[in-house]
Amino acid sequence: MAIRWGSYKVTNLYDELVEKAGKPRDHAKHLCEYLRALSDKEINELKAASDSAIHTMGVTFRVYHQEEGSIDRAWPFDIVPRLINAKEWSGIEKGLKQRIKALNMFIDDLYNDQNIIKDGVFPASMLNKSKNFLQECRGFSPANGVWANICGSDLVRDNQGKVYVLEDNLRVPSGVSYMLENRQVMKRVFPEMFQKYNILPVDDYPSQLYDMLAEMSPRKIEEPEIVVMTPGIYNSAYFEHAYLAQQMGAELVEGPDLVVEDDDCVYMRTINGLSRVDVIYRRIDDWFIDPEVFAPDSLLGVPGLIRAWKAGNVGLANAPGSGVADDKVVYAYVPKIIEYYLKEEAILANVPTYKCNDKAEREYVLENIADMVVKPANESGGYGMLIGPHATAEEHEKFRKLIKADPRNYVAQPMLTLSTAPTMVDTRVEPRHLDLRPFILSGKDIKVTTGGLTRVALEKGSMVVNSSQGGGSKDTWIVDMEEE
Amino acid sequence: MLSRVASNLYWLARYLERAENTARLINVNSHLLLDLPSKVKLGWEPIVDILSFRDKFYETYKDVDEKSVINFMVVDKLNPGAILTSLKSARENARTIKEIIPREAWEQINALYLFVTENQKDAFTRRSRYAYLNKIILANQTISGLLAGTMSHDEAYAFMRIGQHIERADMSTRIIDVRSATLLSEIESELPAFSNIQWMGVLKSMTAYQMYRREVRVRINREDVLTFLLTNPRFPRSLVHAIEQIERAVTELPNSKDTVGKTSRVKNYLLNAKPATLKQEKLHEFIDDMQLGLIEIDKQIEDSYF
Repeated sequence: MAIRWGSYKVTNLYDELVEKAGKPRDHAKHLCEYLRALSDKEINELKAASDSAIHTMGVTFRVYHQEEGSIDRAWPFDIVPRLINAKEWSGIEKGLKQRIKALNMFIDDLYNDQNIIKDGVFPASMLNKSKNFLQECRGFSPANGVWANICGSDLVRDNQGKVYVLEDNLRVPSGVSYMLENRQVMKRVFPEMFQKYNILPVDDYPSQLYDMLAEMSPRKIEEPEIVVMTPGIYNSAYFEHAYLAQQMGAELVEGPDLVVEDDDCVYMRTINGLSRVDVIYRRIDDWFIDPEVFAPDSLLGVPGLIRAWKAGNVGLANAPGSGVADDKVVYAYVPKIIEYYLKEEAILANVPTYKCNDKAEREYVLENIADMVVKPANESGGYGMLIGPHATAEEHEKFRKLIKADPRNYVAQPMLTLSTAPTMVDTRVEPRHLDLRPFILSGKDIKVTTGGLTRVALEKGSMVVNSSQGGGSKDTWIVDMEEE
Repeated sequence: MLSRVASNLYWLARYLERAENTARLINVNSHLLLDLPSKVKLGWEPIVDILSFRDKFYETYKDVDEKSVINFMVVDKLNPGAILTSLKSARENARTIKEIIPREAWEQINALYLFVTENQKDAFTRRSRYAYLNKIILANQTISGLLAGTMSHDEAYAFMRIGQHIERADMSTRIIDVRSATLLSEIESELPAFSNIQWMGVLKSMTAYQMYRREVRVRINREDVLTFLLTNPRFPRSLVHAIEQIERAVTELPNSKDTVGKTSRVKNYLLNAKPATLKQEKLHEFIDDMQLGLIEIDKQIEDSYF
């Protein structure tokens, strides 16, 4: 017998499955009992089965290496699922809907009347320095006034069990395919657990995504032509681009497959000649999307795409410029943004955030840098961060200099101790820190995935969950306990 | 369908067929060597010749011995026709069109590539070689079956069928050309008993021996074997069958007039030539013409669709 819950220590931690040594939380009882009854041999068999499923399914992600170019790695997956009670989840879901609704109103306002600035709630100076605010989009409003059609928000829980939103990814959030694939793997490996629990399904995401994209079609036709636009096979999220295209029955296109003609419409090159495109789910950053407007040397984009979009001849998701709200500095204002547009209190908490361009807050950060997490305003994937408590004095000093040189580009937050969940280490389990990235679709109405992608730091004590930095993932079960 | 995707489907099918045919070829050669008298130096050279890699081969290797040829034909990264290289290209192609082919087919292609990579040493020992190559053949048959049985028989599938049969026709003509020429003179004059084995080898290289027996039923001889391999419409690995498959698949594509025309011309040339009656010299010229015809079809497809 391998797993002993009696010796599973959660002192000073909040664990998702275990209340205290030997006492699983209610919604995790069945699972903990099931795991306890497994022999070492059976655990190894389950791990092998999951490895083999991932191997055969070809679930991979790419890691960029300075020396070796990029390499495909098998998706690192932990077989112990992360469970959330459906009751708690429905509260979180409400909070996410509220948040994205307000954020979309905020973006639409910034590109049009800028009432939030006129009313003094959001400082104009913030906007002038925002890298992701695109002048080209001023005076434009996409279908339904929605800019960020697909959002991936990162949720964490601290060691008191409180849920926070850590960041909102509104540009080209990725990870949803791994959420779907994790579930496939678990069904192959743990079929009996699906009979024990009422686990809410996640599989309808691709059809919801399709419906939302189809809604955006400028041509009101039975079957609009929807395409997923990828930078190509060498992009780290290529697996996901191909996966979603396949699941939606959409074409997966690269920049050179598309062309904007003199009529300002977008066409794709097919074996029948040129064929009109209605909606593009683009997985390429703003900067590379249209060499006529942005990076002129971009080979990934389509010359004239922005022209076609502004002429109302093609739908783009997410809309160019939605990244303006993806800024770590804007993040600090989200509770105010919700209050301003919806006249409601934010349901989900923000992590207290110090803005380095505010003199008093900057002083505090420089003083206490050793205890804080410092983030650059516009990076993603965990790059360019300082984790104060885990860094050396030299690194603290380096970041003090960076902050002084460009205060607008940095925010700092107190170091949260993220919640944990039991994670396989050989044939035992140990607590490992994790987060959760649900995905929110906004069209005429707003839909949230059932759960999301749980990312887990595989190293003991580490809080870095990004797969690009050696994190792994778990399946996320929203379990309905009402029938028990 | 996107032009880029059509091109990828076409090449995916070609690479898969190439890997399978190469595996069959090596397997047959290994067996053939066991049957021939030791004084006949058939050896491994024909394999390199069949695939027109003579120059490439001698860039790296000194002797055409078993080990070098196996290395060259199975795992050599510098050889674009090696099994491993073909499967690697197939996998990269499949990856970029994963949303087009059935998921199970992608899984099989991926698994086959991994198997071939991880077990390459099995190609070098005679004992394990047969099983290793056979697994490649069977995996490809599985992929073909999956595609035939689970993929919509639409334009995407048509491009795959065209790719598969162009590759098969190309390989068939090469095998017939080289195998029928090898040692013929030597064997006929000195060892009539082995002439039979020679033609049996040709049949087996194209996996045609058993079907030939069922259809033809006479003692194996040059003329009947050539007729069977070149113009038997019922045998799925015969040249005419491959060309008919191309013709049929092309008809399903849009704007296919030119391509259908070129394919039909090649087919008529084949059926009117009575190649079985040609002397070895003339047979070689005829095969050259056929290869040029295949190159024309390939070019036309490229121009029309990619």
